Amino acid sequence: MEANPTVPPTRLTPPTAPVVRRTLLGDAIRRFRRNRLAMVGLVILIAFLLVGVLADVISPYRYDQVFFTKRASMLPLVDPTHPLGLDNSSRDYLSRLIYGARTSLTVGMLVPLIAFAIGMPLGMLSGFRGGWVDFTIQRLVDIATAIPPLLFALFLLSVVGSGVGNVIFVLAITTWIEPLRLTRAQFLAYREKEFVTAARALGASDWQIVFNHILPNVLSPLLVAFTFAIPLAIFAEAGLSFLGIGITEPTASWGKMVGSGIGNTIRVYYHLALFPTLLVALTVLGFSFVGDGLQEALDPNRSN
Amino acid sequence: MTGYIIRRLIALLLVMLAVSAIVFFLMNAVPGGPFSLGERGYTPDALANLERKYGLDKPVTERYINFLISAVQLDFGNSFAVAGSPPVTAVILRTWPVTLHIGLYTIIVSFGFGLVMGTFAAYHRNSWVDNLITFLATLGITLPNFIIATFLLIIFGFQAGWGEDQKRWIIGPLIPGGSAILSWDYFLPVITYALAPLALVARYTRSSVSDALGADYVRTARAKGLSDFTIMFRHVLRNAAIPMVTVLLPQIPNLLTGSLFIEVVYGIPGLGKFFVTSIFNRDYPMIMGLVLLVAFFWGITYLITDILYTLIDPRVRL
Repeated sequence: MEANPTVPPTRLTPPTAPVVRRTLLGDAIRRFRRNRLAMVGLVILIAFLLVGVLADVISPYRYDQVFFTKRASMLPLVDPTHPLGLDNSSRDYLSRLIYGARTSLTVGMLVPLIAFAIGMPLGMLSGFRGGWVDFTIQRLVDIATAIPPLLFALFLLSVVGSGVGNVIFVLAITTWIEPLRLTRAQFLAYREKEFVTAARALGASDWQIVFNHILPNVLSPLLVAFTFAIPLAIFAEAGLSFLGIGITEPTASWGKMVGSGIGNTIRVYYHLALFPTLLVALTVLGFSFVGDGLQEALDPNRSN
Repeated sequence: MTGYIIRRLIALLLVMLAVSAIVFFLMNAVPGGPFSLGERGYTPDALANLERKYGLDKPVTERYINFLISAVQLDFGNSFAVAGSPPVTAVILRTWPVTLHIGLYTIIVSFGFGLVMGTFAAYHRNSWVDNLITFLATLGITLPNFIIATFLLIIFGFQAGWGEDQKRWIIGPLIPGGSAILSWDYFLPVITYALAPLALVARYTRSSVSDALGADYVRTARAKGLSDFTIMFRHVLRNAAIPMVTVLLPQIPNLLTGSLFIEVVYGIPGLGKFFVTSIFNRDYPMIMGLVLLVAFFWGITYLITDILYTLIDPRVRL
């Protein structure tokens, strides 16, 4: 029998292209970079982070400097020395927006960090150990979820007083339940997987199983949850500051600027509320895009 | 099943007991009290008299036990701060219906539109419809609702003059003197309030429906020649409902107890504002009433969620 002439004879030779070593992380990064929205979000976030970190350098004035000049106006684009005008208390608005980035991002990053630092170990303990440890922690969670978070936050703030540090502390105290729940659910699901049983059969200790076997699998949903927790913290700070009990004067915070911009002058000076609104929206949008991108990049089963 | 529900209800009671104890002792441990705050300028004698009148001179433990005894009879005491010091139950009964109306319409709007949008997006995955819906859903969670509320108020309330229109479409109250069942007054608050849950519902619906659409049983159903409609309603939606119930049902107690921000911005005489004022005024009975109300509501919602599981998914046993 003659060979099929349509099959080219070179078919069995090895490919000449260099062999690309594919790692899980490398794949994830490649998937993330291919996601245009996620990259846009990342660029926004890096830009805002830079603005927040370099606020002292790039800001034309300090956030608490008050101007009593004749030319000063609250309208933007009137006075070239104050491109966005002054705020209700005659402070340079552009500078306050720049310093506001620092406040919002500090709160946004630190709150989930502390909340995860509390919730994750408890969730790991609860999900891995089970038994009375799980029972105790779950009852704690029951009680903590039953207390309305805003009421609790207000209560704590009225006790410890306002200010950036206290707002971060209070918001972390009221949000550690979600990371706990998520970690517990993940550990419960992985505890019974075959590779864990195999590791145990090979004589791995509990520590090795938790940190070398389960945790790497659990990290990606937790990372995604972390990214989505940041905008929630920014919202919460903005809300508390809007009510006038979050960040204290003269510290600049976008949420507080919206709150004070919404007063009686809003029909004329609506930009005072509009600009910080847009900045909050952009930040949150950036974090959501990055979160969505991470979710798709880290979970190959989900990708189309 | 009945035994399970009874056990859960007992657990709920225990949680409420624990919550009430924690909140009661915490708020009494904090320096200051309802009558020593601010510049009220009471003389020491007047302060002592006031505290005696409201029973604040007794030791905390005794007050807690008294509170428990009356709370069992649904009497949370009289508010310290609301004008005329009405009973807390009366304040809640007066203001909660307003919040409940807004919350119910919000649930209808957000869950209704969210489910339809999410299913539609999942069905037409990666098409422009899907992208548009995903984009809208992302926008919905991008803006805090107090900001949306303010801008809608400026645009529609001030500029379009809706606030001044007297001839609004109103369906009168069920109870004489109660709040209206349906009126244009609800429009802006409900729209504002519904955006975030709508976005959430749409996102979760999309992801769980598209997960279900990729499952083997859907391929089998297609191969059997079932119509798209049957596949969607008999197979996909039913399976997609399981993860959705976990995430979406816990939204409901939040929506029904009201958003403080929306009530502040739109000036709604609802329950939400007491979550702030009662803390500021150290209105102990009001705080306790609200905390127990929310705790009860949460517990019941979680119980209903777990019962719903068994109805949706026969594999789940309680």
